[in-house]
Amino acid sequence: MKMMRGLLIPALVLLLSGCDAVLFSPSGDIARQQRDLIIISVVLMLIIIIPVIAMTFMFAWKYRESNKNHDDYAPDWNHSTVLELLIWSAPLLIIIALGAITWTSTHKLDPYRPLDKIDASRPVAEGTKPLVVEVVALDWKWLFLYPEQGIATVNEMAAPVDRPIEFHITASNVMNAFFVPSMAGMIYAMPGMETKLHAVMNKTGDFEGLSANYSGAGFSDMRFRFHSLSDGDFNTWVAKARADGNTLSREDYLKLEQPSEREPVHYYKTVAPGLYSAILNRCVESNRMCMSDMMAIDQQGGQGVVGAYNVTSLDAGTRSRLGVADDGKRYVGALCTARGATGAPVTPAGRPL
Amino acid sequence: MSDIQATPSAVVADQQDLQFWMKEDHHPENGTLLGFWIYLMSDCLIFACLFATYGVLGRSYAGGPSGADLFELPLVAVNTTMLLLSSITYGFAVLEMQKNRRGTMMAWLIVTGLFGATFLGIELYEFANLIHEGAGPQRSAFLSSFFTLVGTHGLHVTFGIVWLITLLVQVGRFGLTPANKRRIMCLSMFWHFLDVVWIGVFTFVYLMGVLP
Amino acid sequence: MNTPDLVTLIFGRLTIEAIPYHEPILIGTFAAVALGGIALLAVLTKYKLWGYLWSEWFTSIDHKKIGIMYMVLGVVMLLRGFSDAIMMRAQQAMAFNGNPGFLPPHHYDQVFTAHGVIMIFFVAMPFVTGLMNFVVPLQIGARDVAFPFLNNFSFWMTVAGGMLVMASLFVGEFARTGWLAYPPLSGLAASPDVGVDYYIWSLQVAGVGTTLSGINLLATIIKMRAPGMTMMKMPVFTWTSLCTNVLIVAAFPVLTAVLALLSLDRYAGTNFFTNDFGGNAMMYVNLIWIWGHPEVYILVLPLFGVFSEVVATFSRKRLFGYASMVYATVVITVLSYLVWLHHFFTMGSGASVNSFFGITTMIISIPTGAKIFNWLFTMYRGRIQFEVPMLWTMGFMVTFVIGGMTGVMLAVPPADFLLHNSLFLIAHFHNVIIGGVIFGVFAGINYWFPKAFGFKLDSYWGKWSFWLWLTGFYFAFMPLYVLGFMGVTRRMNHFEDPSLQIWFIIAAFGALLIAGGIAAFLIQIFVSIKRREALRDVTGDPWHGRTLEWSTSSPPPSYNFAFTPVIHEQDAWWQMKERNAARRTEGYLPIHMPKNTAAGVYIAAFAFVIGFAMIWHMFLIAGVAFLGLLVTAIGHTFNYKRDYYIPADVVARTEAARTEELAAHV
Repeated sequence: MKMMRGLLIPALVLLLSGCDAVLFSPSGDIARQQRDLIIISVVLMLIIIIPVIAMTFMFAWKYRESNKNHDDYAPDWNHSTVLELLIWSAPLLIIIALGAITWTSTHKLDPYRPLDKIDASRPVAEGTKPLVVEVVALDWKWLFLYPEQGIATVNEMAAPVDRPIEFHITASNVMNAFFVPSMAGMIYAMPGMETKLHAVMNKTGDFEGLSANYSGAGFSDMRFRFHSLSDGDFNTWVAKARADGNTLSREDYLKLEQPSEREPVHYYKTVAPGLYSAILNRCVESNRMCMSDMMAIDQQGGQGVVGAYNVTSLDAGTRSRLGVADDGKRYVGALCTARGATGAPVTPAGRPL
Repeated sequence: MSDIQATPSAVVADQQDLQFWMKEDHHPENGTLLGFWIYLMSDCLIFACLFATYGVLGRSYAGGPSGADLFELPLVAVNTTMLLLSSITYGFAVLEMQKNRRGTMMAWLIVTGLFGATFLGIELYEFANLIHEGAGPQRSAFLSSFFTLVGTHGLHVTFGIVWLITLLVQVGRFGLTPANKRRIMCLSMFWHFLDVVWIGVFTFVYLMGVLP
Repeated sequence: MNTPDLVTLIFGRLTIEAIPYHEPILIGTFAAVALGGIALLAVLTKYKLWGYLWSEWFTSIDHKKIGIMYMVLGVVMLLRGFSDAIMMRAQQAMAFNGNPGFLPPHHYDQVFTAHGVIMIFFVAMPFVTGLMNFVVPLQIGARDVAFPFLNNFSFWMTVAGGMLVMASLFVGEFARTGWLAYPPLSGLAASPDVGVDYYIWSLQVAGVGTTLSGINLLATIIKMRAPGMTMMKMPVFTWTSLCTNVLIVAAFPVLTAVLALLSLDRYAGTNFFTNDFGGNAMMYVNLIWIWGHPEVYILVLPLFGVFSEVVATFSRKRLFGYASMVYATVVITVLSYLVWLHHFFTMGSGASVNSFFGITTMIISIPTGAKIFNWLFTMYRGRIQFEVPMLWTMGFMVTFVIGGMTGVMLAVPPADFLLHNSLFLIAHFHNVIIGGVIFGVFAGINYWFPKAFGFKLDSYWGKWSFWLWLTGFYFAFMPLYVLGFMGVTRRMNHFEDPSLQIWFIIAAFGALLIAGGIAAFLIQIFVSIKRREALRDVTGDPWHGRTLEWSTSSPPPSYNFAFTPVIHEQDAWWQMKERNAARRTEGYLPIHMPKNTAAGVYIAAFAFVIGFAMIWHMFLIAGVAFLGLLVTAIGHTFNYKRDYYIPADVVARTEAARTEELAAHV
């Protein structure tokens, strides 16, 4: 008995620490609603799971061969319309309920949808502008761009508490997932594509963020701190970042983009204009065609047969300046727009741009 | 008629002794044609994936040439004719096979093979031209999916021809045995299947590709 | 042509550097494998078993022997896949507080990739295919499968694929991408090494085998059922096998296609899944899951069949709700194609798309739930014997519903945003794969072993194996559920938060218990072979079974049934026994049977060489091997004498011996 207690107490402590798990004690409204969904779906399913497990043990015990106390052995009993209706309809009803919850909650908690509430009781005030943060998953670190503040940070981000945040998320090279467990669920960061996440933090504090999708050798250290701060502290934090002497030009970015592990936190006081859009459209290199342009050209039917040869790479000069090896990477070259006879820009094939 | 009679006799049998073991030899139906048909369906799924891929990537020219810039429809039309004719001649071969006329059947098979080889030759000529123009499979996702879809079909035709030659040798040496007839029917399914796939390629890739 | 060019021409990019002689763990493993291999070869040579193995097993086209070889392959690969698991658990249990553990990312990332690939493709698939191969023809009263040679060839292709994975351990490296090798990570830019190529070629080679074996069993079930066995009189295991093989034929080509596209990206420089030139990596993720989700049901459906057979047999009752069981299986088969997107809700498809796939996923739980109830009501008013197969089934029923519940939780997209890629997800799918597939395989092995070898498995060690696996499973994976709630994601090499460590230590302890379970299983086999006389069953029907496989002798003769059975109801053998149907002992006829052939072994060997050569860019050798494959395959088609007749008097003698045995037994 004593030994039992000796085992039970640490087990209990462990279980309690499990209840303290971050997904069960969220600090942001989105994560809170997502947690509630987890709990609701578990409760709904337990309605059927608990009887099933209980019946398994009960039947196994009662109808064991060595039990001489029952004599209702029915070797040919294999059908009962009532029972069959019941075993199909009971799960069906639960799934109908859960399906309805799924449909509404998926729409309500769609990460692309702007928030209408800060938390359960407070709606977002009319005219509130969300804080825009542009997130880039690099090999293997996180870059955060703050267009409103004009700063950028690596492996650390901050946001004012109770202000809706609008994340624009992309990646440089491979797939990652942007995940701040105490704030909201994850969403993939993919090269050449943008995902969005709307979320808010309701508590101040120092939280953990991470990449939740395996991305290669340095993946395990692809973590960052998320500071949820009061408005005043947030301004101080921004000022601190501005005081840092670095600037983030396009060439700086190309250097930063090179794979590295356990990158220390650092700040950039200024960011080259249009950098995020260039990263998203994979045209930080100046001689490279942006994906948005490429897609517009493709919409018009491409650049014709001459366009086949418009393939280039980073020039040797820039490569040596950045310290980047020639990895044989090729891409579609940027176009210098010419004016056609009508004065409108045209592509080399002579089609209007 | 026999069904109607079978029912009461089964009921009677139930009351008396049921027959549990067959006295005579049991020959299950030969499953070769069914099995080959199932294989063709699985192959069809591979093509379905390639078509889907082409559907997704077929307009991603990466600033390069499009189908309208590259495809030479008259050539492709000739090519399509070759393949369609080869299917017809294969049909003639099967008709001859059913009449047990080995010589004419083999002749039709040879004609089929020649049409197939012509088709392949024209396709290779087209590929070589494209690559020569810089529009190789590496240039854009559109070209990657185009070369892969059309190339996979071409690869199938190639194997079809190898199989055809093998069969010609086998029929020449062993005659129109039941086993060889079964094989000819399998290849026939394969050949017509490739024809159907090609009609899809011609429509979705070439015809729709040159649409603006 | 100068010498270095010649070396490249022959060896491609294979150099002496590819052999990891500087990694002590690998060298140790290699030494152990080499010593074990040499010892095995020596024993085989000493007892002159080569000829026997070659003519009676390797070249055999007997579905029973091929089924047994699949099971052996599954067990061998289980040992490899499980040692990967132990290494992962050990690494995660120790890599805290700045301790990097014993596996650097370069190695660890290969281990978790190999673990997933091996467990799915080379453990679960061979087990499932093996059970189907062995049991289905017996259950439908057939003498073999529809295409016996193809069956042998399929098996050797699976072996060749497995050998490629094993070769990656000692020559080069395996993929460091996770078991589905998502691009762009698996593309040439991010993974220029041979790892992903090993991945591609091993799966392609094995995939050919799987697809062909699916076609084969499908044709077998459709065409070769005994007279009287209509669709609704087929045993449930045969039904689930039928659905599984439909899924195999309709899903594996997608895998073949998507891997072919990935290899074109890597070998030919195309741009299907690259970041530039218009490629689209999301398409890979979609396509691979269009195969991947049905694959889950390919694995679990046959085991649902096993549980159905076991529950009915050991409850001494007819299966409750046969028709609804069949419909549930068919519904699952169809629905399994409509749920693939639930594997990546977090990719950011719109809310309507996500909820559509979430709800279809939940709908699958309805037929699955109905199945569970059917098993429950089969036990109801039965006389349940807790033999080892039944224990596994009970363990499954309790464990699987928990896995089902966590599965539905993951199907709610907003909840999935929190739980996706977390250890909760890992716990979930191990919960259904171990609780469903592995428990089912062990139930099946214990159930049909006496049919295959003529003696039962030792139940003492069988029970040890069961209880160790069961408790080990809960110890190993319940902590992972908790860790998932703590926001811990998968594939982590090391951790910062020290409060997590205790959970990983518990999980590692659970893995050790499972190791004990595997050891107990091996001991069970060993002890059973030693005690085979005591465990001997001469009746051919040790469990008082219900379906046709129990009507013939154990092990069955090569022709399975001297007379083709005629079927009148679902539990055909049960009915025969109830009616005291006498065994026919005269009027034997010669039996038409297929002949053994070595062509399958040769073709698969060429496929292995092609795969290996392509991985290392030895294009010359690959071309030569391809030519060899073609010539062998064509040569095989020139062999028209693929069958023979077992003379009636041989059949009569075999059956007379059985008559004597049966008489002596009574």
